[in-house]
Amino acid sequence: MREYLQLFWTFAQVGACTFGGGYAMLPILQREVVEKKGWATAEELADYFAIGQCTPGVIAVNTATFVGAKRKGNLGGVVATLGMIFPSVVIITVIAAFLRNFAHIPAVGHAFAGVRAAVVALIASSVLKLGKTTVKDAPSVGVFLAVLLLSVFDKPLEAAFPAVAFLFSPVTYVILAGAAGLLISLARKGGKGK
Amino acid sequence: MIYLRLFFEFFKIGLFSVGGGLATIPFLQDLGARTGWFTAGDLADMIAVSESTPGPIGVNMSTYVGFTCGGPLGAVVGVLGLVTPSILVILLVSLFLKKFRDSRTVDGVFQGLRPASTALITAAGLSVAQIALFQTAQESQSGAALTPYWPAIAIALVVFVCMRLPKLKNLHPILYIAAAAAAGVIFRL
Repeated sequence: MREYLQLFWTFAQVGACTFGGGYAMLPILQREVVEKKGWATAEELADYFAIGQCTPGVIAVNTATFVGAKRKGNLGGVVATLGMIFPSVVIITVIAAFLRNFAHIPAVGHAFAGVRAAVVALIASSVLKLGKTTVKDAPSVGVFLAVLLLSVFDKPLEAAFPAVAFLFSPVTYVILAGAAGLLISLARKGGKGK
Repeated sequence: MIYLRLFFEFFKIGLFSVGGGLATIPFLQDLGARTGWFTAGDLADMIAVSESTPGPIGVNMSTYVGFTCGGPLGAVVGVLGLVTPSILVILLVSLFLKKFRDSRTVDGVFQGLRPASTALITAAGLSVAQIALFQTAQESQSGAALTPYWPAIAIALVVFVCMRLPKLKNLHPILYIAAAAAAGVIFRL
């Protein structure tokens, strides 16, 4: 019971600290789940993000379910997910009920502009940490650069190849990267066999 | 029975929106047009609130739409509908991973996924940086397509440097977020 409560509470904290999209949860996940609790490794977190990206649903929710399930099975996955959505439900309900014009309050706009700037720094420092374990040899550098360029230039690529525009999506990149990883590992194994 | 209907509608959205909260927007537009539960203007307000409150954007928007359609219980039902497909799919994938964790094939696939995942996060960070640290032609006076917005860049740099200092790097990220929000209000960002 205590461990379920801990899962719920930890992910409620992650949910409350996630500003501006699912990726902003990475710094706090690294801190709470990897460094403090040891529930998953940095590599596993990268795996969960990649799979969460090409399975149905919101990435943040998928990641929470993954960590919960790894820690305490199916029920753990459900509890972690409920923890993740708990702050949203409370905060949004209060705003929807009492603060209809919340988004139009000038101070909210100013505060959020500041938060977004901080989120850039938080994501940058998380990526540097994550990159140390995930991007370390020539093939992984190749995959990293290929996916980064494809993601950054997705709009011009879509415009250049309108017939296959739907292919320029993270889903495709993740599948191709998985295939590349498999081929590279097979080639390496073959090389060692000789 | 509005709650069953809400659950079902959000279950569909959770099942078909792949890759992040913003992917739910087209589905929500369609839902509003079909049911008349909320207008396009309502939705624009909901997106603005969802983006400026904590929590994943997709979860926030489902809660908001659910509340608009069915009060507090509607909010809970909407968001539960959204996450149910995720939970089912991810539990299946976890089961599969547990079973094949030691397989060389699965390990090889993950060797490719990890750098790809890192690249996707980097790209997402860059797009946040573009919005947060630069002004568009409409916002700036110079009229250039992208003008650096120095106050925001200063905040980002200060936070980044602080996170690398040995004495400060163990601080909870929420402290930086709160400080940056205060700076945003004080300097009218």
